[in-house]
Amino acid sequence: MSTTLQPAPSTATELPPVAPPRGSLTWRTVRDALPASLRKLDPRRMWRVPVMFVVEVGAALTTVLAVVDPSVFAWVIAVWLWITVLFATLAEAVAESRGRAQASSLRATQRTTTARKVQGTADQLAYGSGLASLPTVEVASSQLHVGDLVVVTAGETIPGDGDVVEGVASVDESAITGESAPVIRESGGDRTAVTGGTTVLSDQIVVRITAEPGRTFVDRMIALVEGSERQKTPNEIALNVLLASLTIIFLLAVATLQPMAVYSHARQSLVVLVALLVCLIPTTIGALLSAIGIAGMDRLVQRNVLAMSGRAVEAAGDVDVLLLDKTGTITYGNRRASELLPAPGVEAGHLAEAAQLSSLADETPEGRSIVDLTQTAYGRPVLTDDALAGATLVPFSAATRMSGVDLPGRPDDGGAPQARRVRKGAASVVHQWVRSTGGEPTGGTAGHPAGHPLVGQAVDADVESVSAQGGTPLVVAEQIGDAPARLLGVVHLKDVVKEGLVERFAELRAMGIRTVMVTGDNKVTARVIADEAGVDDVLAEATPEDKLALIRREQKGGKLVAMAGDGTNDAPALAQADVGVAMSTGTTAAKEAGNMVDLDSDPTKLIEIVGIGKQLLITRGALTTFSIANDVAKYFAIIPAMFVLAFPQLHVLNVMHLHSPQSAITSAIVFNALVIVALIPLALRGVRYRAVSAVALLRRNLWIYGLGGLVAPFVGIKLIDLVVSLVPGLR
Amino acid sequence: MPSTTTEAWFAVAQIGVLLVLLAAVHHPLGAYMARVFTSPRHLRIESAAYRAVRVDPDAEQTWRGYLLSLLGFSTASILFLYALARLQSHLPLNLGFAGFDPAGAWNTAVSFVTNTNWQWYSGEAAAGHLLQMVGLAVQNFASAAVGLAVAVALVRGFARSLTDGRVGNFWSDLVRANVRLLLPIAFLAAIVLVAGGVIQNLLPHEAITTAAGGSQDVLGGPVASQEAIKQLGTNGGGFFNANSAHPFENPNGWTNMLAIFLTLMIPFSLPRTFGIMVGDRRQGWAILGAMGALFLASVALLTWSELAGSGTAPHAAGAAMEGKETRFGLGASALFAATTTLTSTGAVNSTHDSLTAPGGGLAMFNMMLGEISPGGVGSGLYGMLIVAIVTVFLSGLMVGRTPEYLGKKIGQGEITLVALYVLTMPLLVLVGTGVSAVTGAGLAGPLNTGPHGLSEILYAFTSAANNNGSAFGGITSGTPYYNTLLGLAMLIGRFVPIALVLALAGRFASQPAVPASTGTLPTHKPLFVGLVGAVAVVVVGLTFVPALSLGPVVESLS
Repeated sequence: MSTTLQPAPSTATELPPVAPPRGSLTWRTVRDALPASLRKLDPRRMWRVPVMFVVEVGAALTTVLAVVDPSVFAWVIAVWLWITVLFATLAEAVAESRGRAQASSLRATQRTTTARKVQGTADQLAYGSGLASLPTVEVASSQLHVGDLVVVTAGETIPGDGDVVEGVASVDESAITGESAPVIRESGGDRTAVTGGTTVLSDQIVVRITAEPGRTFVDRMIALVEGSERQKTPNEIALNVLLASLTIIFLLAVATLQPMAVYSHARQSLVVLVALLVCLIPTTIGALLSAIGIAGMDRLVQRNVLAMSGRAVEAAGDVDVLLLDKTGTITYGNRRASELLPAPGVEAGHLAEAAQLSSLADETPEGRSIVDLTQTAYGRPVLTDDALAGATLVPFSAATRMSGVDLPGRPDDGGAPQARRVRKGAASVVHQWVRSTGGEPTGGTAGHPAGHPLVGQAVDADVESVSAQGGTPLVVAEQIGDAPARLLGVVHLKDVVKEGLVERFAELRAMGIRTVMVTGDNKVTARVIADEAGVDDVLAEATPEDKLALIRREQKGGKLVAMAGDGTNDAPALAQADVGVAMSTGTTAAKEAGNMVDLDSDPTKLIEIVGIGKQLLITRGALTTFSIANDVAKYFAIIPAMFVLAFPQLHVLNVMHLHSPQSAITSAIVFNALVIVALIPLALRGVRYRAVSAVALLRRNLWIYGLGGLVAPFVGIKLIDLVVSLVPGLR
Repeated sequence: MPSTTTEAWFAVAQIGVLLVLLAAVHHPLGAYMARVFTSPRHLRIESAAYRAVRVDPDAEQTWRGYLLSLLGFSTASILFLYALARLQSHLPLNLGFAGFDPAGAWNTAVSFVTNTNWQWYSGEAAAGHLLQMVGLAVQNFASAAVGLAVAVALVRGFARSLTDGRVGNFWSDLVRANVRLLLPIAFLAAIVLVAGGVIQNLLPHEAITTAAGGSQDVLGGPVASQEAIKQLGTNGGGFFNANSAHPFENPNGWTNMLAIFLTLMIPFSLPRTFGIMVGDRRQGWAILGAMGALFLASVALLTWSELAGSGTAPHAAGAAMEGKETRFGLGASALFAATTTLTSTGAVNSTHDSLTAPGGGLAMFNMMLGEISPGGVGSGLYGMLIVAIVTVFLSGLMVGRTPEYLGKKIGQGEITLVALYVLTMPLLVLVGTGVSAVTGAGLAGPLNTGPHGLSEILYAFTSAANNNGSAFGGITSGTPYYNTLLGLAMLIGRFVPIALVLALAGRFASQPAVPASTGTLPTHKPLFVGLVGAVAVVVVGLTFVPALSLGPVVESLS
C-alpha cells in the first residue's frame, strides 16, 4: 500500500494534542488578524451571519442615539456593541490566518516554470511508446493544457498535475506533504499520479497533464486552507436557521416589550432595548460559528489531510462503518516472523542460528523480520563478517523462493570442520532441495541420523498448523558436508496487528462505529487477523466490486461509510463512500473520487478524521448550549434594571445585587462581548473529545457547557459590575 | 372552611386518584388508538361514510394532499358554523336568541373549529340548542379528530421511510378518530355525567318564581352530551357561561374529577400510541415522562400558590376563595386550572382572574409552553415532538453527530419547519398583546388597570394563540376588535403549526431511517427526558419573561 522508499513506521496515532502555537491566541495573531477583521465589518458580508448583523445594526443605532443625545451610558453601550461585533469578525479572521502560512508555502510551489512539451502527431502521442525520444518544445507551465505531454528529468520541477505515462522516477513531494522521503512514480499501476510543483530527483518521466493551470490540486489546497472557498456546511446552515429564528423571537420579545412598558408607565430608552436584545440573541455562538468551521478544517490540514468539502468533515462525525484495508492499515505492510518451531531433536538455538544464517541474504521485510526475531527472542548475536568469511550468500529470488548461505569448511583456523549449507523457504521448495541432496524430507527416518522416525511428519504438522492459523510457514534445512540435508524446523510468519489498534477499535465500538476489515486473503486467514485486531466484521477475498457492493448495502440501511483507498480500482468505492479518503500516493482517479486526500498516505488516519468530525460538531453544540444558557443570568441582570423604577418590588430579582440599573445593563453587555474573546481559543482548539458512548459525552458536555453556561454569567456580570460601578456616569 | 393542611392532603389525594386512573387507561387506550390508526379494515358505518362523500380511504396521501383535505374540511366547517350562528334567529330551537354579529360569528366559528373554544358570549344568553348541538358539539368532535389526525400523520412520518412523503389518509383518520374513539367514550361519559347530576334535556331556559317570591332562571339543554366531548376532546367551550363552575355542567366533586380525567386520558395515552407506532415503546415512555414531569410540577406549584394564598384579599378571607366554588375547594380548583391550561381545554371551574398572582402567572405559563404537557388531543403530542426535535438539535451535536431523532436526520429543511413552528405562537401572543396595550380599542377591554390589566390582555392572546380558550375573565372581549384579532390568532395559531407539522411529517416519511448505535443520542433515557422539559421551559421562559415580568411577576411581588 505504502509506496515510499523507506516505509515509514506507521503507528497508531493519537487524537488531539494539537500543535500548541496554532491553538493559542497571542497578541501577534490578534494584531495580524485585525485588518481582516475590520474589513469583515462590511454589512454586506455581515448579512450572512444574521445574529451578528443584528448586533451591528444595533451598534450603529446606539451610536446615532449617543451622538444625538450624548450620555456616558449611551456611549459606553455603543462602544461595547461595536467591540462585540469586532470580536466576532476577529474570531473568524484569526481562524483564517492560521491557514494562511500553509497557503503561502504552497503558493511558492506554484511559480511558473518552463515545461518541455512533447511534439508529435496525435497517433504518436496517444499510443506511441518511446515518447521521451520525441522532439520537445519549451513552453511556460502556465500555458499547458489538459492532455499535453511533458518530459521531466532529474532536477526539474513537474510543471503540472498529471499521470506518468512513461518511465519511472523518484520524486520529492516534500513541498506538499512535508515528507522528506522521496517517492517512486511510474507509469501503469497505482503510482502514476504526480503533482505540479514537486521535483524529480532521478531518472526521467513523461507526464500527461490532467489539470488546467489554476485548477490544480495545489490551487485547490490553497483555496481550502485559506478558507476563501469555504462554503457553509449543511449542519452549519441548519444551526444558522435555528439561531436566526431565536434572534427573531428575541427581536419580537424586545420590540413588543416597549408597548407593554408604555402601558406600565415605564417607557424604555432605545439604547436599553438594543442592549437587552443583544444580550438575549445568541451572540456567543453566532460570533464563533464560522471560526469553529474554519478551525475544524484547519485541524485536518494540520494532520496533513485535505477535505475537499466541509460536508465531508461533518459526515465524518456521523460515520457508522469504517472500511479498513488489512494490509498497511490494520497490519504492518508485510508479514513478520513470530516464532520458531524446531523439529524433534533440534535445539531451538540451533534452529535460530540456522534461520538467521539463511535470512542474511534475504532482503525482503520478511527476511529482515526473521533476523530481528532471532536476535530479540532467541538472543542470537548478529554474525560478524569474520564468521561469514568465504561464505556464499544465496539471495532470495522470486524464481527459487528460497534463500540461504553456503559456508566453507574451515578446519584450519578452528572453524567448522565441514562445509555447511543452510536454506530457508516455502515447504515445497525446501523439500525439493533436501531431496536433491539425497535426503528424504517427508517421512520415515531419512535425513535424520539421530534416529527420530517422525521428523518429517512433525515438520509437516507444524507447517499445516501455521497455515491453518492464517500464517505463512517457512521451512529451514541444513546440509553438513556431503551428508543428505535434514529439516531443522519451521519459521512462523504472520501478519502483525499494529500496536494500539486493538484499543482503537474498542474505542470505535464504544462510539458506535463498526469496523470492517477488507482483504484479499482467504476467509480463514482473514478471520484470524480480524479476531486478533478486534474488528467487527471481515470482507475476505474482496474485489473492488465487493467493496462497492458492501458500501451500497450499508448505505441502503441508512449508514454512513468511510474508507481509504489509493488505487484506480478503489475509485468507484471512494466515490460511493460518504467519506472517501484518497492517499496522496494514489492515482489521480482515486484522488478525484475521494472527498479527502491524506498527504501522508496513512490509511489509519481515517480514525482520526472521524474524531475531528465529531469534535467539530461537539464544539458547535457545546457553544450553542453555553450561549443560550447564558441568557438566564442576563435576564436577572437587565429586567430588574429596566423596570425597578416603575415597580420597586422587582428589586428582589436583582439577585446579583448589581449597583445600579445602568451599571447592570453595561455589565451584561460587557460580559456578552468578553465571553466571545474568552471562547475564541476553545472555538479554534475544539472542545475536548474522548471516544466514549453518546450518553457519557452528552452528560459531560451538559455539565460543563450547560451548567457552566448557566452559572458563569452570574459570576462574570457581578465581577464586571464591581468595576463598572466605579465609572462616573454609570453609577 | 377546612384548614389549609386538610386542603393540602385533599389536593394530594385527588392528584393520587387521578394518577391511578390515568395509569390504568394509559396502556389499553394507547394500544387501542394505535390499532385504530393502523388497522387496514374499515367498519361498515365508516365505509358508508366514505361512499357518501366519495373518498377512497385506502389512498395514501402525500403531506400536501393530507393538508389540503384538512384545510378544505376545516374551511367548510368554519363557513357552516358562521352561517349557523349568523342565521340563528331563522332556525328552529333557537330559544328566541338573535343571530350573532359578523365579528362574533367569525370568532365563534374559528374558535370551535380550531379546538380553542374561546367564548366571547354567554352560552345561556346567546346560543340556542340547535347551534349548541349541530354547530358547537359537532365541532367539538371534529376539531379534536383533526388534532389526532395531524399527530398520527407526524408519527407515521417517523415510522416510515422512503415513501415520497405519504403520511396516511386524512378522511380515514378523521372518521376513525370519531367513530372508534371519541363517540364511544363520549357516549359512556355522558351517561355517567347524567348519573352524576348533569342535565340532559331540550327544555328552554325558564324564569320561575321561587318559594321566597324571587325570580330565578332555570336553565335547560342537552348539557351532558356536550360536556363529555367538551372535556374528552380538550375543547372547553361551556354550555353555560360559568362553564364547569356551573352546577348543571359540573354538579359535584365526582363529576369534577371525571371531567379532569376525561380531559387528560387521551393526551396522556397518546405517547403509548406513538411508541407502538414507531416500534420503540421506550420512546413513548420518554415523551410521557417529559409531559408528566411538567404536568406534575405545574400542578404542584399552582396548588401550592393557591393554598399559600398570598395577597390582601385571601388574607382577609382566610383563603384565596374569591372566584372559586366552595363545593370543589382550593385543591380541586387548582388541579382543574392546571389541567385546563396544560391541555388546551380552556374549561374552567373557577375564575382564573381570581387565582392568586403567581397562580394566574402559572396558568399563563402553562399555555405558553405551547400546550404540550400533555396538551390538546393530538396537538399535545405533535407539540411535544417538536420540542423533542429542538432538544435533539441542540444536544445532539454535543455527542458528535449531526442531529437525528428516531432515525431521522434533522437537517436544514427540517429545522426550518420547526423554527417556524416555534416562532408562530410567540409572534401572535407578543404582537397581539403589544398592540392591544397601547391602542384605544385594545385598552377598552381589560376591566383592571396596572399590571393586572396587562395580565388580562396577555392571557387573552396567549389563550387564543395556543388554542386553549380559557378566559382569564375581567376582560370584555366581545368587541369587534378583540373578536377579530383573537379570531385571527386562533386561526393562525392552529393551522400554521398544523401545516408545518404535516410538511415535517412528509419530509420524515421520505427520508431513509438511520439505525441507532451507541454513538447515537439515546432519546429514551431520563437524561433526555429532563432535557426536553428544560428546553421547553427555558425557550418559553426566555421568550415571555419580559412580558410576564410586567404582568404576573410584578403582581406576585407586590
